[in-house]
Amino acid sequence: MSAPHALVLTAPGTNRHPDVMFALQQAGATTSALNMHQLREQPGAIDNAQMIVVAGGFSFADALGAGRLFALELSEIVGNAIQSAAQAGKPVIGICNGFQTLVRLGVLPGKHRAALGHNEVGGFQCSWISMKPTSHRSVWTQNLTEEIYCPIAHGEGRFTASEETLSHLRDNDQIALTYSGRNPNGSRDDIAGICDETGFVLGLMPHPENHIVPRQHPQYHRGQLNGLGLHLFTQGVSVANS
Amino acid sequence: PIEPLFVDTQATATVAVHRVPIDATTTPEQLAVINRERGLALDPEEMIAVREHFSHRGVHPTDVELETIAQTWSEHCAHKTFRANITTESGHTRPSLINQLRASTEQINAPFVMSSFVGNAGIISFTPGRTLALKCETHNHPSAIEPFGGANTGVGGVIRDIMGAQHTPIACTNILCFGPPDTDMLSLPEGVFPPRRTCDGVIDGIADYGNKIGLPTVAGAVLYDPGYTANPLVYAGCIGTSNSFVDQVSPQPRDRIVVLGGRTGRDGLRGATFSSMTMDATTGDVSGASVQIGDPITEKLVIDVLVDAQHLYRAITDCGAGGLSSAIGEMAEGVGARVELTHAPLKYPGLAPWEIWLSEAQERMVLAVAPQQCDELRLLCTQHGVEYTDMGEFTGDNQLVVTYNNEPVLQLDTDFLHNGRPQRNMRAIMPKPHRTADHSAPKWLTQHNAADVLMALLGHPNIASKASVIHRYDHEIRGATAVRPLVGQVGDGHGDGVVIAEPLDDFGFAIGIGVNPWFGIHDAERMALACIDEAMRNVVAVGADPDKAVLLDNFSWGDPRRETTLGELAAAVDGCVSGAHAFAAPFVSGKDSLNNEYLGSDGERHSVPPTLVITAVAHVPNANRTVTADLKTAGNTLILVGRTLPEFGGSHAAMVCNSQSTCVPSFDEQSPSHYRAVHALMLQQKIRACHDCSEGGLGVTIAEMAMAGRLGAALLPAADTHTHLFSESLGRLVLEVEAAHVSDVLAALPGAQIIGSVTTTPFLVLPDNSALSIEAMLNVWQAPQ
Repeated sequence: MSAPHALVLTAPGTNRHPDVMFALQQAGATTSALNMHQLREQPGAIDNAQMIVVAGGFSFADALGAGRLFALELSEIVGNAIQSAAQAGKPVIGICNGFQTLVRLGVLPGKHRAALGHNEVGGFQCSWISMKPTSHRSVWTQNLTEEIYCPIAHGEGRFTASEETLSHLRDNDQIALTYSGRNPNGSRDDIAGICDETGFVLGLMPHPENHIVPRQHPQYHRGQLNGLGLHLFTQGVSVANS
Repeated sequence: PIEPLFVDTQATATVAVHRVPIDATTTPEQLAVINRERGLALDPEEMIAVREHFSHRGVHPTDVELETIAQTWSEHCAHKTFRANITTESGHTRPSLINQLRASTEQINAPFVMSSFVGNAGIISFTPGRTLALKCETHNHPSAIEPFGGANTGVGGVIRDIMGAQHTPIACTNILCFGPPDTDMLSLPEGVFPPRRTCDGVIDGIADYGNKIGLPTVAGAVLYDPGYTANPLVYAGCIGTSNSFVDQVSPQPRDRIVVLGGRTGRDGLRGATFSSMTMDATTGDVSGASVQIGDPITEKLVIDVLVDAQHLYRAITDCGAGGLSSAIGEMAEGVGARVELTHAPLKYPGLAPWEIWLSEAQERMVLAVAPQQCDELRLLCTQHGVEYTDMGEFTGDNQLVVTYNNEPVLQLDTDFLHNGRPQRNMRAIMPKPHRTADHSAPKWLTQHNAADVLMALLGHPNIASKASVIHRYDHEIRGATAVRPLVGQVGDGHGDGVVIAEPLDDFGFAIGIGVNPWFGIHDAERMALACIDEAMRNVVAVGADPDKAVLLDNFSWGDPRRETTLGELAAAVDGCVSGAHAFAAPFVSGKDSLNNEYLGSDGERHSVPPTLVITAVAHVPNANRTVTADLKTAGNTLILVGRTLPEFGGSHAAMVCNSQSTCVPSFDEQSPSHYRAVHALMLQQKIRACHDCSEGGLGVTIAEMAMAGRLGAALLPAADTHTHLFSESLGRLVLEVEAAHVSDVLAALPGAQIIGSVTTTPFLVLPDNSALSIEAMLNVWQAPQ
């Protein structure tokens, strides 16, 4: 089985693409990154990839709201190619600013709409959290058993949606990851990540790409080695391979 | 950039070049008027050198020429004090301060130093094939009048210094000094922001730039003292890495002058000269435009271009103080350049030629590009959305010629510009510090219960938890922060240094910071030694090799024309030199920010305490064997390394007891060998936790270790409990050691003593048998300031 290729999309201000590319490579994928200018010149790039990643950062400096301009750029350049990729069974993931972008784009959660608001604490926060995989629909989390321990680093990560949307997400098994223990941003129902209706698109605020090797665990010196984020990427790569 | 259709950004409202009437007949008094009115901040002797130069040429200087000379010769750019001849009150002539530091680095002659005290940053190599570029800057004056913008662009500027040293930035540091958070508003001098306002703005500014550009802000300190109320200090550092560093060559004749990145606006005019002057209540109004506006996304894109463009340029530098005048002026030294100002893309129309030339607008890099490489570089810029501008060429005639619509507005011999400044001669009165230590803890201290003093210390703003600040910064991006600024069971404990190690590398490097202005008030020389010792302790405590370490110096001082102030500065440099020699840790880069003074409208001068920040960067040979400060396991033994003396000068114990003591802790000549031994024990995995003793002394150290590990500690009785707990003697580390290794550790560290043990009961038991619960300590230490 050859390594699947993951295409990482970036905009001006995207800055965690090297981290997620490292994570995907450790999970067995090959990677390449394209910014919006390059994507315009290579319209077939999404079709040619086996995984699509929208990386984290501060695209367009969060002007007009996190992810908004990135989403406008993507819809203008590739239309609904991301939805098509998911329907074709390709794993898609948006992390942090990538999640915000996919929500703005309408890919997540899908028919229903949700939003990521400013953190309840009022500003950017960087700290470590635990999140629990909770969805069987999401191809990214369905085989995960262990909690993932990884950092958050965002200012607009509070998941909000109407009661109707929330109950739809629950009923439809689209709540993929929930904060376990501390909820760092005031998200409804402790939601850290959700998937779309196909289960192939995952969006999440925390950064599993920053916990790929055991030494990255903040309590590494206390002998704690659990909660690798690598497992999420390994799962994604194995789906892309099948 | 957004390009409104109705504005032609190249349109110009005022294009006039003014000639300033300076010729052979201009009197020193008239020169002084010109100097003041244009805010040139030049010395009288320098104004005379300007007059001689232009009267010899038989022309009046243009405003562009005069401003260029003022920027190039400013204290900020030329470091006139550090290069001055200094005569002391005894008639003794000292080498210049910069030469003292350079000479010490040459004498230490460390094999891992690639480049020191030249260019934008110091460059070192601990590992074959990999180099690190190091730089720390100050942005004090801008942060005083516009805290967000000043700190924001301070971070942007030091990151560009690393880019200008052909390295890719990977981590940021910052040290911030503010007035006490509880400062009475009514006591503020006119025109001074309340410290809380400054603090919030500065921290927002640092977080905004670092987080958006995608660099982890990993190490730092926050200090509070009334001396910083009118003059807050902001030190911003950056470290870069490269796998393909080759020494820069000079621009060659016919190379193009290419500017990448942001556009030029009126922000940041005369920043270098403004930073070289004393501030007063009018500074905010007069120099508001001296503070630039930051745009981290643009700088991020320039980084992306430069990572791919290393083979496409010959030389590179950043546009910092003085803007294009300084960047192109420096690159043109010894070769000459011709620049057309109308080529510069502007943010808005109406800039006069001197404003374009001097603007310190951010996010701009200047490159010397061979003509045949231009197309490839331009294409790369297009792909990354970075603006590429051809401003002219390097010529080979040694003349700096700047034109505006092809009309010359500046013609200067680069030799005059860079070497024409008369050498400054200064006088210093050397300090005579009090250095007789007491025999035991002073009465003002022993009259208080040890437990009460310790609790007061834990709540002091300088010692209390900085977690709320640290969480504002992304310290996780890049996944290489192997020892974090926050450590322990729940990640809320203070660490010593931090370790950066790429996820798959076996090795890394540690960053440690030493700063203690309270020592500096009494004894500048011992302060310098103390700062070096603290920075070295911090890197050793996390697993770095003390024999592979380098130092950065950053001095923030008052007006050096006051002879006692210059004397303190000289004494601090003496301390730096002896500290560097003691550890064989060479200085590779430094920066001085002088004139950190504020003239109140009541005529009172407010100066900062002498504030030296030492940054140590050291090799971590085994990134899997780093050590953190949090206590790990009950039953382990606590061992104190280093000797404790009743030295309370500048101590925090004196502060919380509202008392004074003047004998500052002395340097322990044994420290280098102790640190070497501790490092060897860490590589043998015989040390479970390590934390240094600094502000507050041993009591605070143990309390921090216990709180971080959520474990108790029981200290053994001591002969002089108060000295034992609260002296800030240098050279001390507390080690947590498993029983099996205690004898090995004691054998390796002569003079080390067992001071207690780790316990499961959640209490810190002090040598006088009083006990403090971990919870009570946490409540005080973590209370919002």
